[in-house]
Amino acid sequence: MHIVVCIKQVPDSREIRIDPNTNTLVRQGVPAIVNYYDLHGLEEALRFKDTVGARVTVISMGPPSAEKSLRQCIAMGADEAVLVSDRAFAGADTLATSYVVALTIEKVAQEFGIVDLVFCGKQTLDGDTGQVGPGVACRLDYDQLTYVEKVVALDEKNHTITVHRHLEDGVEVVQTKLPALITVLTELNKPRRASLPGVLKAAQYKPVVWSTNDFANIDRSKIGLKGSPTIVSKTWVPEPRKVNTEMIDGPSPEAIAADVTKRLWSSEAASRLGWA
Amino acid sequence: MSDMKLEQDQKQTPSENAPKMRRDLSPSEAVHEKDWSDHKGILIVVEQRGGIAKKVSWQLLGEGRRLADKLQTHLSALVIGSNVSGLAKEAIYRGADNVYLCDSVELENYRTRPYSKVCLAVIREYKPEIVLLGATYTGRDLAGAIATHLPTGLTADCTQLDVDENRLLLASRPAFSEKMLATILCKQYKPQMATARSGVFLALPLDPTRQGDIITIPSQMTEGEIVTQVLDFLEQTDHVSLEDQEIIVAGGRGLGGPEGFVMLQEFADALGGVVGASRAAVDAGWIGHDHQVGQTGSTVRSKLYFAIGISGAVQHVVGMQNADMIVAVNRDPQAPIFKVAHLGIVGDLFTLVPALTEAIRAQKRNSGSVPVAL
Ligand SMILES: Cc1cc2nc3c(=O)[nH]c(=O)nc-3n(C[C@H](O)[C@H](O)[C@H](O)COP(=O)(O)OP(=O)(O)OC[C@H]3O[C@@H](n4cnc5c(N)ncnc54)[C@H](O)[C@@H]3O)c2cc1C
Ligand SMILES: Nc1ncnc2c1ncn2[C@@H]1O[C@H](COP(=O)(O)O)[C@@H](O)[C@H]1O
Repeated sequence: MHIVVCIKQVPDSREIRIDPNTNTLVRQGVPAIVNYYDLHGLEEALRFKDTVGARVTVISMGPPSAEKSLRQCIAMGADEAVLVSDRAFAGADTLATSYVVALTIEKVAQEFGIVDLVFCGKQTLDGDTGQVGPGVACRLDYDQLTYVEKVVALDEKNHTITVHRHLEDGVEVVQTKLPALITVLTELNKPRRASLPGVLKAAQYKPVVWSTNDFANIDRSKIGLKGSPTIVSKTWVPEPRKVNTEMIDGPSPEAIAADVTKRLWSSEAASRLGWA
Repeated sequence: MSDMKLEQDQKQTPSENAPKMRRDLSPSEAVHEKDWSDHKGILIVVEQRGGIAKKVSWQLLGEGRRLADKLQTHLSALVIGSNVSGLAKEAIYRGADNVYLCDSVELENYRTRPYSKVCLAVIREYKPEIVLLGATYTGRDLAGAIATHLPTGLTADCTQLDVDENRLLLASRPAFSEKMLATILCKQYKPQMATARSGVFLALPLDPTRQGDIITIPSQMTEGEIVTQVLDFLEQTDHVSLEDQEIIVAGGRGLGGPEGFVMLQEFADALGGVVGASRAAVDAGWIGHDHQVGQTGSTVRSKLYFAIGISGAVQHVVGMQNADMIVAVNRDPQAPIFKVAHLGIVGDLFTLVPALTEAIRAQKRNSGSVPVAL
């Protein structure tokens, strides 16, 4: 069993602030982290390493600095890590990204052994689309199981995997044949911390690095900005909605509650709700 | 048929065959020169389960109607499922000019391959200039597959849609943890595709006098060709879809524990609403993630929204600020939630919520209005 985990190094968007004077993003000092959904994919792969001896290869397309994130995955227990890095990849949208990620998985399969399972995160913190996973699955002609919150069974003999897919109104139990691509939710598991041997291995570890020249059949019109149909035309900071807050006070909770109820019943919301 | 067989054999013995990339699934230089003027109209892919449409699909038909009128073109709906002809009619009543209906037993449950093949067949045959889907779990799964196959650009999770004088779709979506909005264009490919959030656009009222053609589309795969099997569906009563709710009573860290949510549920019952939560309450394990409102939870547009013991962090506010009427209870007069609330009460929620519950019950008894059935 050979599992590929797709990870992306992202700016921790929780830390990004808007400069109120210029209305622009303040990226300075924003730490780069492994997209946290992807860590849950890695954890699930590592559990298969623990239970059935799966080999785990982590891949990422990104700048050279993403090596750090790949080493973090090695420290957690991944066997190998591949960084695909080239200026020509810059500006890729999800279509162009999924092309390069799929090419990488194809090459990983050729060089490190057949791939049975691919894990992607539900979405990235920066791209925030959840489209790369399905895109990669389509290109590799794998079946895709998205928004997985539980892996119920992996049957190595029959090459099937059974999972719980999370939907708005319930959970779907789905089975498909391997090879398959799975995108994961944080409910799936709790990512482990790095182990001491892992940290020691990671300190020495140099990920395999591939650039466009390492892909024999790469179509350069399909990568980076050129291969990306979508264009960001503008960004802006939305105006906060202006409301006139009425503060309600009174001698007792009961008095306040009565006042609030009265106002509710005479509000527009009440007539829309059919109360008044 | 023989191709399909080959594909399955290959799947059963993955260890003997390296994956072969589908190299056709990418844009290429040639596409740039292409004349897309034969692409006309807007297509909404309607999502359903068990013959019931997701509200977002009707909301998209409402928005699609507006865009189609602006472009002076037609609005189509695509209904896929088993025993779903009723939905095709409803799509017309909800604003579609015509409907493509693919009704077949193997399409009862959503599965990526058979559904995406139907969508691709319709898109390739009828060439819409814009294709929209709901940004639900299923909608995103399907849209990602279709856009890659076509190939074309896809914008995820839009909260604003418009078209310009060049017939370009202006697909706007939150970016950087909802701190900004970005408008995404897809200039050189057609159709222009987007998924859009539930609860953002308004559905048109049902108009049974509307008429339109229903065009039958054949299913594109037989059951034997489909590898993925849906074994079961576990309905989860604690799964709530907050996006569609009219009344939400949300609680935060101020509730102090799961017992606080028992009190809140009583309040919600009195109002005829459902319980929502801040991330802090969800992370503490007091209530399930499906109840979370905000950036990493649901975006809601309820008519009434109570924020009880919620400070009003920006990540929470982005998910609820468009509610018609917001009432906040917090003991801290400086809490930022008061900046977005219409009514604010500074005080202890543990005395205020029971008092509010009683007052609402009394009001409903007096005015004779029964709790709204949702
Ligand atoms: C990337 C990212 C994504 C996030 N996504 C979300 C999201 O989707 N949704 C979300 O909600 N948050 C989200 N957050 C978290 C958000 O930043 C806040 O931490 C969270 O909303 C705080 O929850 P809270 O208001 O319940 O808790 P607190 O901020 O701790 O506020 C509790 C409030 O209760 C009041 N209180 C306490 N006791 C009482 C009492 N007895 N009576 C009255 N009032 C009382 C306090 O005055 C306080 O204002 C996200 C954060 C990050 C970084
Ligand atoms: N540059 C990348 N390199 C490797 N994997 C990626 C990359 N971008 C996205 N992914 C994977 O695709 C998932 C969805 O990303 P997105 O579509 O950007 O939200 C992520 O959680 C990753 O698993």
